[in-house]
Amino acid sequence: MPTDSPTRARETSTAAGASTDTDTISDLEAGLDALQTVSGSTRSRGRAVLAAAYPPLLAVVILLAVWQVVVWLEIRPVYVIPGPAEVGEAIARAAASGALWEALATSLSRGVLGFLAAVAIGTPLGIVVARVRWVRVTFGPIITGLQVLPSVAWVPAGIIWFGLSDATVYFVILMGAVPSIINGIVAGVDQVPPLYRRVGHVLGAGRITMVKDVILPASLPGYLAGLKQGWAFSWRSLMAAEIIAVGGSIGFGLGAFLQQGRELSDMAIVFVAILLILVVGIAIELLFFSPVEKAMLRRRGLAADPAPANRSSWLSRRRTAATIRSGG
Amino acid sequence: MSTTTSPTGSATAGVATPGIMESGAVESGGVRLRGITQRFAPAGAPVLDGIDLDIAPGEFVCLLGASGCGKSTLLNIVAGLQDPTAGEVVVGGSGSALMFQEPALFPWLTASRNVELALKLRGVPRGERRGRAAELLHLVRLDGAADKRPHELSGGMRQRVALARSLAQERDVLLMDEPFAALDAITRDLLHDELERIWKQTGRTVVFITHNVREAVRLGQRVLLMSSRPGRIAREWRVDVTGERRIEAPDVSRLAIEITNDLREEIRRHAH
Repeated sequence: MPTDSPTRARETSTAAGASTDTDTISDLEAGLDALQTVSGSTRSRGRAVLAAAYPPLLAVVILLAVWQVVVWLEIRPVYVIPGPAEVGEAIARAAASGALWEALATSLSRGVLGFLAAVAIGTPLGIVVARVRWVRVTFGPIITGLQVLPSVAWVPAGIIWFGLSDATVYFVILMGAVPSIINGIVAGVDQVPPLYRRVGHVLGAGRITMVKDVILPASLPGYLAGLKQGWAFSWRSLMAAEIIAVGGSIGFGLGAFLQQGRELSDMAIVFVAILLILVVGIAIELLFFSPVEKAMLRRRGLAADPAPANRSSWLSRRRTAATIRSGG
Repeated sequence: MSTTTSPTGSATAGVATPGIMESGAVESGGVRLRGITQRFAPAGAPVLDGIDLDIAPGEFVCLLGASGCGKSTLLNIVAGLQDPTAGEVVVGGSGSALMFQEPALFPWLTASRNVELALKLRGVPRGERRGRAAELLHLVRLDGAADKRPHELSGGMRQRVALARSLAQERDVLLMDEPFAALDAITRDLLHDELERIWKQTGRTVVFITHNVREAVRLGQRVLLMSSRPGRIAREWRVDVTGERRIEAPDVSRLAIEITNDLREEIRRHAH
Protein backbone atom coordinates (compact mmCIF):
# COMPACT_ATOMS: atom_id res chain seq x y z
CA MET A 1 0.00 0.00 0.00
CA PRO A 2 1.26 3.45 -0.76
CA THR A 3 0.62 4.92 2.70
CA ASP A 4 0.74 3.29 6.06
CA SER A 5 -1.78 4.32 8.66
CA PRO A 6 -0.31 5.57 11.95
CA THR A 7 -1.47 2.53 13.91
CA ARG A 8 -0.03 0.21 11.38
CA ALA A 9 3.29 2.05 11.57
CA ARG A 10 3.37 1.79 15.36
CA GLU A 11 2.61 -1.92 15.30
CA THR A 12 5.65 -2.68 13.26
CA SER A 13 7.79 0.18 14.44
CA THR A 14 10.72 -2.19 14.89
CA ALA A 15 10.22 -3.65 11.46
CA ALA A 16 12.65 -1.35 9.77
CA GLY A 17 14.48 -4.24 8.15
CA ALA A 18 12.69 -7.16 6.53
CA SER A 19 14.55 -9.68 8.67
CA THR A 20 13.22 -8.27 11.94
CA ASP A 21 9.71 -8.54 10.59
CA THR A 22 10.34 -12.10 9.48
CA ASP A 23 11.54 -12.93 12.99
CA THR A 24 8.35 -11.49 14.44
CA ILE A 25 6.24 -13.68 12.16
CA SER A 26 8.40 -16.67 12.95
CA ASP A 27 7.97 -16.13 16.71
CA LEU A 28 4.26 -15.61 16.28
CA GLU A 29 4.01 -18.78 14.30
CA ALA A 30 6.05 -20.78 16.81
CA GLY A 31 3.76 -19.48 19.58
CA LEU A 32 0.63 -20.42 17.67
CA ASP A 33 2.01 -23.87 16.85
CA ALA A 34 2.80 -24.45 20.52
CA LEU A 35 -0.67 -23.30 21.59
CA GLN A 36 -2.48 -25.43 19.08
CA THR A 37 -0.70 -28.73 19.60
CA VAL A 38 -1.50 -30.90 22.60
CA SER A 39 1.27 -32.69 24.43
CA GLY A 40 1.01 -36.42 25.01
CA SER A 41 -0.33 -38.21 28.04
CA THR A 42 1.88 -38.28 31.11
CA ARG A 43 0.40 -41.44 32.65
CA SER A 44 2.92 -44.17 33.25
CA ARG A 45 2.72 -47.21 31.02
CA GLY A 46 2.68 -49.72 33.85
CA ARG A 47 -0.27 -48.08 35.51
CA ALA A 48 -2.12 -47.91 32.20
CA VAL A 49 -1.65 -51.65 31.61
CA LEU A 50 -2.80 -52.40 35.14
CA ALA A 51 -5.85 -50.17 34.75
CA ALA A 52 -6.74 -51.90 31.48
CA ALA A 53 -6.23 -55.43 32.83
CA TYR A 54 -8.15 -54.95 36.06
CA PRO A 55 -11.82 -55.11 34.84
CA PRO A 56 -11.46 -58.29 32.71
CA LEU A 57 -9.61 -60.00 35.58
CA LEU A 58 -12.44 -59.05 37.88
CA ALA A 59 -14.85 -60.73 35.45
CA VAL A 60 -12.76 -63.94 35.59
CA VAL A 61 -12.90 -63.93 39.38
CA ILE A 62 -16.68 -63.42 39.35
CA LEU A 63 -17.17 -66.27 36.86
CA LEU A 64 -14.99 -68.60 38.93
CA ALA A 65 -17.03 -67.74 42.03
CA VAL A 66 -20.35 -68.39 40.26
CA TRP A 67 -19.00 -71.69 38.95
CA GLN A 68 -17.89 -72.74 42.43
CA VAL A 69 -21.27 -71.80 43.89
CA VAL A 70 -23.06 -73.89 41.23
CA VAL A 71 -20.84 -76.84 42.10
CA TRP A 72 -21.49 -76.37 45.84
CA LEU A 73 -25.25 -76.37 45.21
CA GLU A 74 -24.81 -79.90 43.80
CA ILE A 75 -27.47 -79.47 41.11
CA ARG A 76 -25.64 -82.22 39.26
CA PRO A 77 -22.99 -84.65 40.57
CA VAL A 78 -19.35 -83.52 40.43
CA TYR A 79 -18.47 -85.89 37.56
CA VAL A 80 -21.06 -84.07 35.40
CA ILE A 81 -20.19 -80.55 36.52
CA PRO A 82 -16.68 -80.63 37.97
CA GLY A 83 -15.59 -77.65 40.06
CA PRO A 84 -12.57 -75.37 39.60
CA ALA A 85 -10.57 -77.60 41.95
CA GLU A 86 -11.22 -80.77 39.91
CA VAL A 87 -10.43 -78.96 36.64
CA GLY A 88 -7.25 -77.54 38.19
CA GLU A 89 -6.25 -81.03 39.17
CA ALA A 90 -6.96 -82.30 35.64
CA ILE A 91 -4.77 -79.52 34.23
CA ALA A 92 -1.93 -80.57 36.52
CA ARG A 93 -2.36 -84.22 35.51
CA ALA A 94 -2.45 -83.45 31.79
CA ALA A 95 0.58 -81.18 32.15
CA ALA A 96 2.52 -83.85 34.05
CA SER A 97 1.73 -86.57 31.49
CA GLY A 98 2.75 -84.22 28.67
CA ALA A 99 -0.59 -84.63 26.85
CA LEU A 100 -1.45 -80.96 27.48
CA TRP A 101 1.81 -79.65 26.03
CA GLU A 102 1.62 -81.98 23.05
CA ALA A 103 -1.94 -80.94 22.24
CA LEU A 104 -1.12 -77.27 22.74
CA ALA A 105 2.01 -77.37 20.58
CA THR A 106 0.31 -79.36 17.81
CA SER A 107 -2.73 -77.12 17.58
CA LEU A 108 -0.85 -73.86 17.98
CA SER A 109 1.72 -74.68 15.29
CA ARG A 110 -1.04 -75.81 12.92
CA GLY A 111 -3.18 -72.79 13.67
CA VAL A 112 -0.33 -70.33 13.13
CA LEU A 113 0.94 -72.10 10.01
CA GLY A 114 -2.56 -72.37 8.55
CA PHE A 115 -3.24 -68.73 9.34
CA LEU A 116 0.01 -67.60 7.71
CA ALA A 117 -0.88 -69.63 4.62
CA ALA A 118 -4.32 -68.02 4.60
CA VAL A 119 -2.69 -64.56 4.80
CA ALA A 120 -0.30 -65.43 1.98
CA ILE A 121 -3.18 -66.59 -0.23
CA GLY A 122 -5.85 -64.13 0.90
CA THR A 123 -3.80 -60.94 0.65
CA PRO A 124 -3.01 -60.98 -3.09
CA LEU A 125 -6.51 -62.32 -3.85
CA GLY A 126 -7.98 -59.51 -1.75
CA ILE A 127 -6.01 -56.87 -3.63
CA VAL A 128 -7.20 -58.29 -6.94
CA VAL A 129 -10.83 -58.45 -5.82
CA ALA A 130 -10.67 -54.92 -4.44
CA ARG A 131 -8.95 -53.36 -7.43
CA VAL A 132 -10.19 -55.24 -10.49
CA ARG A 133 -13.78 -54.33 -11.14
CA TRP A 134 -14.99 -57.36 -13.05
CA VAL A 135 -13.43 -59.79 -10.55
CA ARG A 136 -15.17 -57.95 -7.78
CA VAL A 137 -18.53 -57.90 -9.49
CA THR A 138 -18.37 -61.61 -10.34
CA PHE A 139 -16.61 -63.18 -7.35
CA GLY A 140 -17.23 -60.60 -4.63
CA PRO A 141 -20.68 -61.79 -3.57
CA ILE A 142 -19.59 -65.44 -3.48
CA ILE A 143 -16.59 -64.62 -1.29
CA THR A 144 -18.79 -62.62 1.08
CA GLY A 145 -21.24 -65.53 1.10
CA LEU A 146 -18.47 -68.01 1.94
CA GLN A 147 -17.91 -66.16 5.18
CA VAL A 148 -21.35 -67.21 6.32
CA LEU A 149 -20.67 -70.89 5.65
CA PRO A 150 -19.44 -72.59 8.84
CA SER A 151 -16.07 -74.06 7.99
CA VAL A 152 -16.98 -77.30 9.80
CA ALA A 153 -19.05 -78.03 6.69
CA TRP A 154 -15.79 -78.49 4.78
CA VAL A 155 -14.51 -81.24 7.11
CA PRO A 156 -16.31 -84.20 5.45
CA ALA A 157 -15.21 -83.00 2.03
CA GLY A 158 -11.65 -82.62 3.29
CA ILE A 159 -11.63 -86.15 4.72
CA ILE A 160 -12.88 -87.61 1.42
CA TRP A 161 -10.34 -85.66 -0.64
CA PHE A 162 -7.29 -85.75 1.62
CA GLY A 163 -7.99 -88.59 4.08
CA LEU A 164 -7.17 -88.32 7.78
CA SER A 165 -4.07 -86.22 7.20
CA ASP A 166 -2.80 -82.73 8.03
CA ALA A 167 -3.87 -81.68 4.54
CA THR A 168 -7.51 -81.95 5.64
CA VAL A 169 -6.84 -79.71 8.62
CA TYR A 170 -5.09 -77.05 6.52
CA PHE A 171 -7.77 -77.26 3.84
CA VAL A 172 -10.48 -76.49 6.41
CA ILE A 173 -8.45 -73.63 7.90
CA LEU A 174 -7.93 -72.05 4.48
CA MET A 175 -11.61 -72.35 3.55
CA GLY A 176 -12.49 -70.66 6.83
CA ALA A 177 -9.91 -67.88 6.96
CA VAL A 178 -9.20 -66.82 3.37
CA PRO A 179 -12.65 -65.25 2.72
CA SER A 180 -12.36 -63.14 5.90
CA ILE A 181 -8.96 -61.85 4.88
CA ILE A 182 -10.16 -61.05 1.36
CA ASN A 183 -13.18 -59.24 2.77
CA GLY A 184 -10.97 -57.33 5.20
CA ILE A 185 -8.86 -55.97 2.36
CA VAL A 186 -11.89 -55.13 0.23
CA ALA A 187 -13.50 -53.29 3.16
CA GLY A 188 -10.24 -51.50 3.89
CA VAL A 189 -9.80 -50.39 0.28
CA ASP A 190 -13.40 -49.19 0.11
CA GLN A 191 -12.82 -47.00 3.15
CA VAL A 192 -9.88 -45.17 1.58
CA PRO A 193 -11.05 -41.56 1.31
CA PRO A 194 -11.33 -40.50 -2.37
CA LEU A 195 -9.25 -37.44 -1.47
CA TYR A 196 -6.21 -39.69 -0.82
CA ARG A 197 -6.48 -41.06 -4.35
CA ARG A 198 -6.75 -37.54 -5.75
CA VAL A 199 -3.66 -36.51 -3.80
CA GLY A 200 -1.81 -39.57 -5.08
CA HIS A 201 -2.88 -38.66 -8.61
CA VAL A 202 -1.81 -35.02 -8.21
CA LEU A 203 1.56 -36.13 -6.83
CA GLY A 204 2.05 -38.25 -9.94
CA ALA A 205 1.44 -41.78 -8.65
CA GLY A 206 1.16 -44.44 -11.34
CA ARG A 207 -0.98 -47.57 -11.20
CA ILE A 208 1.46 -49.55 -9.10
CA THR A 209 2.73 -46.73 -6.88
CA MET A 210 -0.86 -45.70 -6.21
CA VAL A 211 -1.61 -49.17 -4.81
CA LYS A 212 1.71 -49.51 -2.98
CA ASP A 213 2.12 -46.02 -1.52
CA VAL A 214 -1.47 -44.83 -1.11
CA ILE A 215 -4.20 -47.47 -1.20
CA LEU A 216 -2.54 -50.29 0.72
CA PRO A 217 -1.26 -48.19 3.62
CA ALA A 218 -4.57 -46.34 3.77
CA SER A 219 -6.51 -49.61 3.93
CA LEU A 220 -4.35 -51.10 6.69
CA PRO A 221 -6.95 -50.66 9.48
CA GLY A 222 -9.51 -52.67 7.52
CA TYR A 223 -6.89 -55.23 6.56
CA LEU A 224 -5.88 -55.69 10.19
CA ALA A 225 -9.51 -56.15 11.21
CA GLY A 226 -9.76 -58.78 8.47
CA LEU A 227 -6.62 -60.52 9.76
CA LYS A 228 -8.05 -60.61 13.26
CA GLN A 229 -11.22 -62.18 12.00
CA GLY A 230 -9.15 -64.48 9.80
CA TRP A 231 -7.25 -65.71 12.85
CA ALA A 232 -10.49 -66.31 14.76
CA PHE A 233 -11.84 -68.29 11.80
CA SER A 234 -8.58 -70.24 11.44
CA TRP A 235 -8.66 -71.23 15.08
CA ARG A 236 -12.33 -72.24 15.01
CA SER A 237 -11.92 -74.18 11.75
CA LEU A 238 -8.91 -75.96 13.17
CA MET A 239 -10.84 -77.04 16.27
CA ALA A 240 -13.77 -78.24 14.15
CA ALA A 241 -11.42 -80.28 12.00
CA GLU A 242 -9.52 -81.72 14.96
CA ILE A 243 -12.68 -82.78 16.79
CA ILE A 244 -14.19 -84.53 13.77
CA ALA A 245 -11.09 -85.90 12.09
CA VAL A 246 -9.27 -87.96 14.70
CA GLY A 247 -6.77 -90.71 13.96
CA GLY A 248 -4.89 -91.47 10.74
CA SER A 249 -1.75 -89.37 10.34
CA ILE A 250 -3.39 -86.43 12.12
CA GLY A 251 -1.44 -85.63 15.27
CA PHE A 252 -2.85 -85.12 18.75
CA GLY A 253 -4.20 -81.56 18.98
CA LEU A 254 -6.51 -79.73 21.39
CA GLY A 255 -9.56 -80.91 19.43
CA ALA A 256 -8.47 -84.53 19.75
CA PHE A 257 -7.76 -83.91 23.44
CA LEU A 258 -11.33 -82.63 23.86
CA GLN A 259 -12.74 -85.57 21.90
CA GLN A 260 -10.73 -87.97 24.07
CA GLY A 261 -12.27 -86.42 27.19
CA ARG A 262 -15.73 -87.01 25.75
CA GLU A 263 -14.97 -90.64 24.89
CA LEU A 264 -13.71 -91.26 28.44
CA SER A 265 -16.70 -89.30 29.81
CA ASP A 266 -14.10 -87.29 31.76
CA MET A 267 -15.83 -83.91 32.17
CA ALA A 268 -12.77 -82.40 33.85
CA ILE A 269 -10.67 -83.11 30.72
CA VAL A 270 -13.43 -81.68 28.51
CA PHE A 271 -13.38 -78.52 30.61
CA VAL A 272 -9.59 -78.32 30.46
CA ALA A 273 -9.66 -78.61 26.67
CA ILE A 274 -12.36 -75.94 26.30
CA LEU A 275 -10.43 -73.61 28.61
CA LEU A 276 -7.19 -74.16 26.70
CA ILE A 277 -8.86 -73.47 23.34
CA LEU A 278 -10.31 -70.26 24.76
CA VAL A 279 -7.07 -69.19 26.44
CA VAL A 280 -5.04 -69.64 23.24
CA GLY A 281 -7.57 -67.56 21.30
CA ILE A 282 -7.49 -64.76 23.87
CA ALA A 283 -3.71 -64.91 24.28
CA ILE A 284 -3.09 -64.46 20.54
CA GLU A 285 -5.49 -61.52 20.51
CA LEU A 286 -3.92 -59.88 23.58
CA LEU A 287 -0.28 -60.58 22.81
CA PHE A 288 -0.29 -60.03 19.07
CA PHE A 289 -3.30 -58.38 17.40
CA SER A 290 -4.24 -55.96 20.11
CA PRO A 291 -0.79 -54.31 20.47
CA VAL A 292 -0.29 -54.15 16.70
CA GLU A 293 -3.71 -52.64 16.12
CA LYS A 294 -3.38 -50.21 19.01
CA ALA A 295 0.02 -49.02 17.83
CA MET A 296 -1.29 -48.48 14.32
CA LEU A 297 -4.37 -46.58 15.43
CA ARG A 298 -2.32 -44.44 17.79
CA ARG A 299 0.17 -43.58 15.05
CA ARG A 300 -2.66 -42.45 12.81
CA GLY A 301 -4.42 -40.52 15.54
CA LEU A 302 -7.41 -42.85 15.33
CA ALA A 303 -7.19 -44.22 18.87
CA ALA A 304 -9.93 -42.77 21.02
CA ASP A 305 -8.50 -39.89 23.05
CA PRO A 306 -5.15 -41.13 24.47
CA ALA A 307 -5.32 -40.09 28.14
CA PRO A 308 -8.77 -41.24 29.35
CA ALA A 309 -8.79 -44.14 26.88
CA ASN A 310 -6.30 -45.94 29.10
CA ARG A 311 -8.95 -46.41 31.70
CA SER A 312 -11.62 -47.69 29.32
CA SER A 313 -9.33 -49.00 26.63
CA TRP A 314 -10.67 -52.53 26.70
CA LEU A 315 -14.11 -51.35 25.62
CA SER A 316 -13.10 -48.42 23.44
CA ARG A 317 -10.68 -50.54 21.46
CA ARG A 318 -13.45 -52.92 20.61
CA ARG A 319 -15.64 -50.02 19.62
CA THR A 320 -12.93 -48.57 17.38
CA ALA A 321 -12.41 -51.89 15.67
CA ALA A 322 -16.14 -52.27 15.18
CA THR A 323 -16.40 -48.78 13.69
CA ILE A 324 -13.63 -49.53 11.27
CA ARG A 325 -15.18 -52.80 10.21
CA SER A 326 -18.59 -51.28 9.69
CA GLY A 327 -16.98 -48.48 7.71
CA GLY A 328 -18.22 -45.66 9.94
CA MET B 1 14.74 -15.09 -8.47
CA SER B 2 16.39 -16.65 -11.46
CA THR B 3 15.47 -15.57 -14.93
CA THR B 4 15.90 -17.92 -17.83
CA THR B 5 15.91 -21.66 -17.66
CA SER B 6 14.79 -23.96 -20.42
CA PRO B 7 11.60 -25.93 -19.69
CA THR B 8 13.49 -29.21 -19.35
CA GLY B 9 16.39 -27.55 -17.57
CA SER B 10 14.33 -26.41 -14.61
CA ALA B 11 13.19 -29.95 -13.86
CA THR B 12 16.63 -31.53 -13.89
CA ALA B 13 18.35 -28.63 -12.16
CA GLY B 14 15.84 -28.95 -9.34
CA VAL B 15 17.08 -32.43 -8.53
CA ALA B 16 20.73 -31.59 -8.41
CA THR B 17 20.59 -28.37 -6.39
CA PRO B 18 18.31 -26.99 -3.74
CA GLY B 19 15.87 -26.00 -6.42
CA ILE B 20 13.54 -23.93 -4.29
CA MET B 21 15.10 -20.71 -5.40
CA GLU B 22 15.20 -21.22 -9.11
CA SER B 23 11.96 -22.54 -10.45
CA GLY B 24 10.48 -19.21 -11.54
CA ALA B 25 11.85 -19.32 -15.05
CA VAL B 26 10.28 -16.61 -17.15
CA GLU B 27 9.18 -18.67 -20.12
CA SER B 28 8.14 -21.70 -18.21
CA GLY B 29 5.93 -20.47 -15.39
CA GLY B 30 3.05 -19.01 -17.41
CA VAL B 31 -0.48 -20.26 -17.92
CA ARG B 32 -2.58 -19.60 -21.01
CA LEU B 33 -6.23 -20.46 -21.30
CA ARG B 34 -8.17 -19.99 -24.53
CA GLY B 35 -11.90 -20.46 -24.86
CA ILE B 36 -12.20 -22.88 -21.95
CA THR B 37 -15.74 -24.23 -21.93
CA GLN B 38 -17.04 -26.95 -19.69
CA ARG B 39 -20.46 -28.57 -19.95
CA PHE B 40 -21.48 -31.42 -17.69
CA ALA B 41 -24.69 -32.20 -19.59
CA PRO B 42 -24.34 -32.10 -23.39
CA ALA B 43 -27.39 -29.85 -23.86
CA GLY B 44 -27.18 -28.02 -20.53
CA ALA B 45 -25.86 -24.57 -19.76
CA PRO B 46 -22.09 -24.42 -19.64
CA VAL B 47 -20.42 -24.28 -16.22
CA LEU B 48 -17.51 -22.43 -17.75
CA ASP B 49 -18.11 -20.38 -20.86
CA GLY B 50 -15.20 -19.46 -23.10
CA ILE B 51 -12.68 -18.38 -20.52
CA ASP B 52 -9.58 -16.61 -21.87
CA LEU B 53 -6.84 -15.98 -19.37
CA ASP B 54 -3.14 -15.27 -19.42
CA ILE B 55 -1.07 -15.58 -16.29
CA ALA B 56 2.49 -14.39 -16.37
CA PRO B 57 5.33 -16.42 -14.87
CA GLY B 58 5.75 -15.62 -11.19
CA GLU B 59 2.42 -13.87 -10.98
CA PHE B 60 0.09 -14.25 -7.99
CA VAL B 61 -3.50 -14.41 -9.26
CA CYS B 62 -6.57 -14.80 -7.09
CA LEU B 63 -9.73 -16.26 -8.59
CA LEU B 64 -12.73 -15.01 -6.68
CA GLY B 65 -16.34 -16.07 -6.96
CA ALA B 66 -19.45 -17.28 -5.22
CA SER B 67 -19.89 -20.98 -4.50
CA GLY B 68 -20.75 -22.90 -7.62
CA CYS B 69 -19.27 -20.45 -10.10
CA GLY B 70 -16.97 -23.12 -11.47
CA LYS B 71 -13.71 -21.80 -10.04
CA SER B 72 -12.69 -25.21 -8.71
CA THR B 73 -13.63 -26.76 -12.06
CA LEU B 74 -11.38 -24.24 -13.77
CA LEU B 75 -8.56 -25.09 -11.39
CA ASN B 76 -8.98 -28.81 -12.01
CA ILE B 77 -8.78 -28.15 -15.73
CA VAL B 78 -5.56 -26.19 -15.32
CA ALA B 79 -4.24 -28.99 -13.11
CA GLY B 80 -5.03 -31.51 -15.84
CA LEU B 81 -7.35 -33.51 -13.59
CA GLN B 82 -10.25 -32.79 -15.90
CA ASP B 83 -10.52 -32.18 -19.64
CA PRO B 84 -12.54 -29.18 -20.77
CA THR B 85 -15.39 -29.68 -23.25
CA ALA B 86 -13.69 -27.15 -25.47
CA GLY B 87 -10.71 -24.83 -25.34
CA GLU B 88 -6.99 -24.92 -24.95
CA VAL B 89 -4.86 -25.07 -21.81
CA VAL B 90 -1.16 -24.38 -21.88
CA VAL B 91 0.80 -24.61 -18.66
CA GLY B 92 4.35 -23.66 -19.45
CA GLY B 93 7.42 -25.45 -18.13
CA SER B 94 7.21 -28.19 -15.56
CA GLY B 95 3.44 -28.01 -15.10
CA SER B 96 1.42 -27.43 -11.98
CA ALA B 97 1.09 -28.64 -8.41
CA LEU B 98 -2.28 -28.58 -6.66
CA MET B 99 -3.08 -27.90 -3.03
CA PHE B 100 -6.52 -28.64 -1.58
CA GLN B 101 -8.68 -27.05 1.07
CA GLU B 102 -7.98 -30.04 3.32
CA PRO B 103 -4.32 -30.70 4.05
CA ALA B 104 -4.96 -34.30 2.88
CA LEU B 105 -1.75 -35.55 4.46
CA PHE B 106 -1.39 -39.29 4.73
CA PRO B 107 -1.92 -40.15 8.42
CA TRP B 108 0.39 -43.16 8.33
CA LEU B 109 3.38 -40.99 7.38
CA THR B 110 5.27 -38.40 9.39
CA ALA B 111 5.38 -34.81 8.14
CA SER B 112 8.77 -35.43 6.58
CA ARG B 113 7.67 -38.70 4.97
CA ASN B 114 4.64 -37.00 3.48
CA VAL B 115 6.93 -34.53 1.76
CA GLU B 116 9.34 -37.32 0.83
CA LEU B 117 6.55 -39.24 -0.88
CA ALA B 118 6.01 -36.34 -3.27
CA LEU B 119 9.76 -36.36 -3.99
CA LYS B 120 9.71 -40.13 -4.47
CA LEU B 121 6.82 -40.00 -6.93
CA ARG B 122 8.73 -37.31 -8.81
CA GLY B 123 11.70 -39.66 -9.10
CA VAL B 124 14.11 -38.06 -6.63
CA PRO B 125 16.66 -40.71 -5.55
CA ARG B 126 16.14 -42.16 -2.08
CA GLY B 127 19.35 -40.70 -0.64
CA GLU B 128 18.37 -37.11 -1.42
CA ARG B 129 14.77 -37.17 -0.24
CA ARG B 130 15.31 -36.74 3.49
CA GLY B 131 17.53 -33.72 3.02
CA ARG B 132 15.24 -32.09 0.46
CA ALA B 133 12.23 -32.65 2.72
CA ALA B 134 14.11 -31.01 5.60
CA GLU B 135 14.83 -27.96 3.43
CA LEU B 136 11.19 -27.68 2.43
CA LEU B 137 9.97 -28.06 6.01
CA HIS B 138 12.47 -25.39 6.97
CA LEU B 139 10.99 -23.16 4.28
CA VAL B 140 7.53 -23.47 5.84
CA ARG B 141 9.13 -23.13 9.30
CA LEU B 142 8.37 -26.59 10.56
CA ASP B 143 11.89 -27.71 11.37
CA GLY B 144 10.85 -29.32 14.63
CA ALA B 145 7.87 -31.17 13.19
CA ALA B 146 9.59 -33.48 10.70
CA ASP B 147 8.95 -36.61 12.74
CA LYS B 148 5.47 -35.67 13.94
CA ARG B 149 2.45 -37.36 12.49
CA PRO B 150 -0.38 -35.30 11.00
CA HIS B 151 -2.73 -35.83 13.96
CA GLU B 152 -0.11 -34.34 16.27
CA LEU B 153 -0.06 -31.09 14.29
CA SER B 154 -2.49 -28.17 14.35
CA GLY B 155 -4.60 -27.33 11.29
CA GLY B 156 -2.26 -24.53 10.28
CA MET B 157 0.81 -26.72 10.65
CA ARG B 158 -0.79 -29.46 8.57
CA GLN B 159 -1.58 -27.01 5.83
CA ARG B 160 2.05 -25.85 5.89
CA VAL B 161 3.20 -29.47 5.51
CA ALA B 162 0.79 -29.73 2.57
CA LEU B 163 2.35 -26.57 1.13
CA ALA B 164 5.82 -28.07 1.55
CA ARG B 165 4.57 -31.21 -0.19
CA SER B 166 3.21 -29.15 -3.10
CA LEU B 167 6.51 -27.30 -3.35
CA ALA B 168 8.29 -30.66 -3.37
CA GLN B 169 6.61 -31.40 -6.67
CA GLU B 170 8.95 -28.76 -8.07
CA ARG B 171 6.39 -27.36 -10.50
CA ASP B 172 6.48 -23.80 -11.74
CA VAL B 173 2.80 -23.22 -11.12
CA LEU B 174 1.16 -23.69 -7.73
CA LEU B 175 -2.61 -24.06 -7.83
CA MET B 176 -4.36 -23.53 -4.50
CA ASP B 177 -8.01 -24.43 -4.00
CA GLU B 178 -9.23 -22.43 -0.98
CA PRO B 179 -6.30 -23.71 1.06
CA PHE B 180 -6.99 -21.60 4.15
CA ALA B 181 -10.79 -21.73 4.18
CA ALA B 182 -10.98 -24.24 7.02
CA LEU B 183 -8.53 -22.43 9.32
CA ASP B 184 -9.24 -20.02 12.15
CA ALA B 185 -8.76 -16.31 11.42
CA ILE B 186 -5.54 -15.90 13.43
CA THR B 187 -3.86 -18.83 11.72
CA ARG B 188 -5.15 -17.74 8.33
CA ASP B 189 -3.66 -14.24 8.71
CA LEU B 190 -0.34 -15.75 9.60
CA LEU B 191 -0.41 -18.14 6.67
CA HIS B 192 -1.09 -15.20 4.36
CA ASP B 193 2.21 -13.71 5.52
CA GLU B 194 3.91 -17.07 5.11
CA LEU B 195 2.53 -17.72 1.66
CA GLU B 196 3.55 -14.27 0.51
CA ARG B 197 7.08 -14.80 1.80
CA ILE B 198 7.36 -18.24 0.21
CA TRP B 199 5.95 -16.99 -3.08
CA LYS B 200 8.57 -14.23 -3.15
CA GLN B 201 11.31 -16.63 -2.15
CA THR B 202 10.47 -19.36 -4.68
CA GLY B 203 9.23 -17.28 -7.59
CA ARG B 204 6.35 -19.67 -8.21
CA THR B 205 3.33 -18.68 -10.25
CA VAL B 206 0.38 -18.93 -7.88
CA VAL B 207 -3.27 -19.33 -8.84
CA PHE B 208 -5.25 -19.01 -5.64
CA ILE B 209 -8.96 -19.75 -5.41
CA THR B 210 -10.99 -18.17 -2.66
CA HIS B 211 -14.44 -16.87 -1.83
CA ASN B 212 -12.94 -14.46 0.67
CA VAL B 213 -12.64 -11.03 -0.94
CA ARG B 214 -10.20 -9.63 1.63
CA GLU B 215 -8.01 -12.68 1.31
CA ALA B 216 -7.93 -12.21 -2.46
CA VAL B 217 -6.95 -8.56 -2.13
CA ARG B 218 -4.46 -9.30 0.64
CA LEU B 219 -2.62 -11.86 -1.48
CA GLY B 220 -3.15 -11.32 -5.18
CA GLN B 221 -1.32 -9.10 -7.61
CA ARG B 222 -4.38 -9.55 -9.74
CA VAL B 223 -7.88 -10.42 -8.58
CA LEU B 224 -10.27 -12.00 -11.07
CA LEU B 225 -13.97 -12.00 -10.27
CA MET B 226 -15.85 -14.90 -11.76
CA SER B 227 -19.52 -14.78 -12.60
CA SER B 228 -21.76 -17.77 -12.00
CA ARG B 229 -23.77 -19.83 -14.47
CA PRO B 230 -22.21 -19.51 -16.92
CA GLY B 231 -18.79 -19.08 -15.33
CA ARG B 232 -16.93 -16.23 -16.95
CA ILE B 233 -14.35 -13.78 -15.81
CA ALA B 234 -16.55 -10.78 -15.08
CA ARG B 235 -13.96 -8.24 -14.05
CA GLU B 236 -10.40 -8.00 -12.93
CA TRP B 237 -8.41 -5.71 -10.68
CA ARG B 238 -4.71 -5.17 -10.53
CA VAL B 239 -3.60 -4.71 -6.94
CA ASP B 240 -0.60 -2.42 -7.10
CA VAL B 241 1.42 -2.76 -3.98
CA THR B 242 4.55 -0.96 -3.10
CA GLY B 243 5.10 -2.01 0.49
CA GLU B 244 3.88 -4.73 2.77
CA ARG B 245 0.13 -5.22 3.05
CA ARG B 246 -2.03 -6.61 5.79
CA ILE B 247 -5.59 -7.81 5.75
CA GLU B 248 -6.61 -4.92 8.01
CA ALA B 249 -4.88 -2.24 5.94
CA PRO B 250 -7.21 0.56 4.73
CA ASP B 251 -6.22 0.13 1.09
CA VAL B 252 -7.04 -3.56 1.25
CA SER B 253 -10.40 -2.73 2.80
CA ARG B 254 -11.17 -0.08 0.21
CA LEU B 255 -10.56 -2.40 -2.72
CA ALA B 256 -12.30 -5.27 -0.92
CA ILE B 257 -15.43 -3.16 -0.53
CA GLU B 258 -15.40 -2.30 -4.21
CA ILE B 259 -14.96 -5.92 -5.24
CA THR B 260 -17.59 -7.11 -2.75
CA ASN B 261 -20.10 -4.71 -4.29
CA ASP B 262 -19.39 -6.14 -7.73
CA LEU B 263 -19.61 -9.67 -6.37
CA ARG B 264 -22.98 -8.95 -4.78
CA GLU B 265 -24.21 -7.32 -7.95
CA GLU B 266 -23.16 -10.47 -9.77
CA ILE B 267 -25.03 -12.69 -7.30
CA ARG B 268 -28.11 -10.44 -7.41
CA ARG B 269 -28.41 -11.05 -11.15
CA HIS B 270 -29.49 -14.59 -10.32
CA ALA B 271 -32.40 -13.46 -8.16
CA HIS B 272 -34.84 -13.43 -11.06
